[in-house]
Amino acid sequence: MLSADEVAIILLSLKVAAVGAAFSLPFAIAAALILARTVFPGKALFDAIVHLPLVLPPVVTGYFLLLAFGRQGPLGKVFEEALGLTFAFRWTGAALAAGVMGFPLMVRAIQLALEAIDPRLELAARTLGAGRWRVLMSVTLPLALPGLLAGTALAFARALGEFGATITFVSSIPGETQTLPLAIYNLTQSPDGDAAILRLCALSVTLSLGALMLSEWMTRRLRVRPS
Amino acid sequence: MSVEVQLSKHWPGGARIEAAFASHASTLALFGRSGSGKSTVVNALAGLLRPDTGRIVVDGVVLFDAARRINVPIEARGVGYVFQDGLLFPHMTVRQNLLYGARRAGTRSLSMQQVVALLGIGPVLARKPATLSGGEKQRVAIGRALLSNPRILLMDEPLASLDAGRRSEILGLIERVRDELKVRIVYVSHSVGEVTRLADEVVLMNGGQVVAHGAVEEMFNRADLRPHTGRFEGGALIEARAIAQDPHYRLTTFFFGDGGTLVAPGLDVPIGGRVRMRIRARDLTLATSRPEGLSIRNVLAGKVMAIESGDGPIAEVRVRVAGKEWPARISRLSVDEMGLMPGLSVYVLVKAIAFDKRSMGFTT
Repeated sequence: MLSADEVAIILLSLKVAAVGAAFSLPFAIAAALILARTVFPGKALFDAIVHLPLVLPPVVTGYFLLLAFGRQGPLGKVFEEALGLTFAFRWTGAALAAGVMGFPLMVRAIQLALEAIDPRLELAARTLGAGRWRVLMSVTLPLALPGLLAGTALAFARALGEFGATITFVSSIPGETQTLPLAIYNLTQSPDGDAAILRLCALSVTLSLGALMLSEWMTRRLRVRPS
Repeated sequence: MSVEVQLSKHWPGGARIEAAFASHASTLALFGRSGSGKSTVVNALAGLLRPDTGRIVVDGVVLFDAARRINVPIEARGVGYVFQDGLLFPHMTVRQNLLYGARRAGTRSLSMQQVVALLGIGPVLARKPATLSGGEKQRVAIGRALLSNPRILLMDEPLASLDAGRRSEILGLIERVRDELKVRIVYVSHSVGEVTRLADEVVLMNGGQVVAHGAVEEMFNRADLRPHTGRFEGGALIEARAIAQDPHYRLTTFFFGDGGTLVAPGLDVPIGGRVRMRIRARDLTLATSRPEGLSIRNVLAGKVMAIESGDGPIAEVRVRVAGKEWPARISRLSVDEMGLMPGLSVYVLVKAIAFDKRSMGFTT
C-alpha cells in the first residue's frame, strides 16, 4: 500500500490545506459581508484586491508573501515577536500561502450565499430586539451556511493543489513544506521517478475528488428550503 | 398609547413624504392607496427607514429627533412589526421563531402558552416555516412579534398575501389580540373593510401627505373624503350594540344611534356586544311610503338631507336615520320619479343579509 513517506506527504498536505482554509474563513466572511452588504466609494477597488490572488501569477503572490511574512518582513517580525509564530520555511507558511490563494474562491461562494438572503429577514430580527452581532450569528450566517461550507471546501480543494506561491514563499522542504504537488514536482526532477509520480498523482486525484464530493454532499444536506 | 409622528423624507427621484399626526387611539390605521406613503411612515416608526427631518415619539419615548440627532436603533425601539409576508426565519422551527424576541420581554410580557393558545398554533410548533400555509405563517409572525413584548405592534398589510377565507380568519385573530391581550396596534392597509373593522382612528394618506385624521366613523362618513375612501366602497359606518337574538332563525337585532334597530344574520355577537357595522351606499333602497309584502327585514324611517347628482346614472341621497347620516346610492331616474328632495320623509330599506362577517367588526 502506501509508503511511510507517502502517508507523511498526504497528512502534511491535509494539515496545510485545512489550517489554511480554516484561518481564512473569518476573513472571507468579513470580506463577503462588506461586498454583499455595504456600499462605499472604492468598493470596486476592494473587490479587485480581494480577487487579485485569482489572477495574479502565483509566483508573484508567493514573492509578496515572502517580502511581508519572511523573517525580515514587517508582518513576519510582528508575528514572530508577538505570538512566536514563524512563517518562513515552515508548514505554517505553506498554510498561509494556501489560505491566501483559496481566499477569493471562498469569498465568492460566501458572497453569493449572502446575496441570496432576504435582507428584510435581518431587519425582522432587529425589530425583535436582536442587535447586529446577534442577527449575524443567528440569522445571517446560519442562512449562509451552505455557502460557507461550499466556500470552505472549495478553498480546501484549491489549497491541496497549491504550488507556485508555496514553493516561492517557503520552498520545498520534505516533511515541513513539501506538500503533494511539491513532492510530485520534486520527483519530476529526478530521472527514475515515473512510478512514484503516478502513485502520487493518483492520490492527488483521489483527495481532490473526495473534497469536492464531500462539499457537494454537505451543501445538499444543509440547504435550507426557501420559505 | 400615544404616537406622535412628524417627518419628511425626500428621494432622489423627486418622491417626497410629509406626514404629521398625533394619536392616542388603541388601534390606529394608516389608510391610503399603495404609494400614498403609509408604509414609509410605519417603517420610520420601526426605524427601518430614517426620515430627513422630524420627530417620532411613542408613549413619551423619543425614538427619532432629527434636530437633536436622536435615532434609536431598530432593536432598541421596542416596536413589534408584522410584515406583509411574515418573514419567518426559514432555518428555525416555529417554536424557535416565536422565542426569538423573547429575550427582550420583561415582566409585563405575555406568556408563550397564552399567545400560542390564542393564535391556535400549538400543533405546528415543531415545524419549519416552509411547511406552513399562508395563514399559519401569518399567525406565527403575529405571535413572534407579540412575544417580543413590544410597546406597540406595527402591521403592514398583514393580510395582503392571503386569500379571502384566511383573511377574515386572521382579521378575527387580530381583533382578539387587540381586545384580549390589550396590545396597541398601528395598522397599515388600503382595505376599507379591514380598517373599519379594526381601527379606532384613521390617518388617511394620499400622495405622500396626510389628507385627514380622525375617528374611523367620522372619516368614512365624511363626504369630502369620499375620493380617498373610495366611491364604490362608499357607505355609512355605525356603532351598534346587540340587544336581542333569535336562535331559531339565527338573527341578531342591533341598536344604534338614537333609537334605530337593525337585524343582521348570525349569532356571533352576544347580547350587549358592541360591533361596528358598515352599510354600503349601494345596499340601501329608498321608498316614499312604508312598503308591505317585502322580504326586506330592515325598514327604517328617515329624512332626506341632501341629494348629489350629476349627468351620470347614479345619484347619492343622504338620509338621516336615527340621528345618523347615511349615503344611499340609487339611480338618478328614481330620484326624479319619486320626487325626492331635501326635507322629504322616506323609508330606508336594508336587507338583513347585506351585513356579513366582513362588514361587521367587534369593538371594545
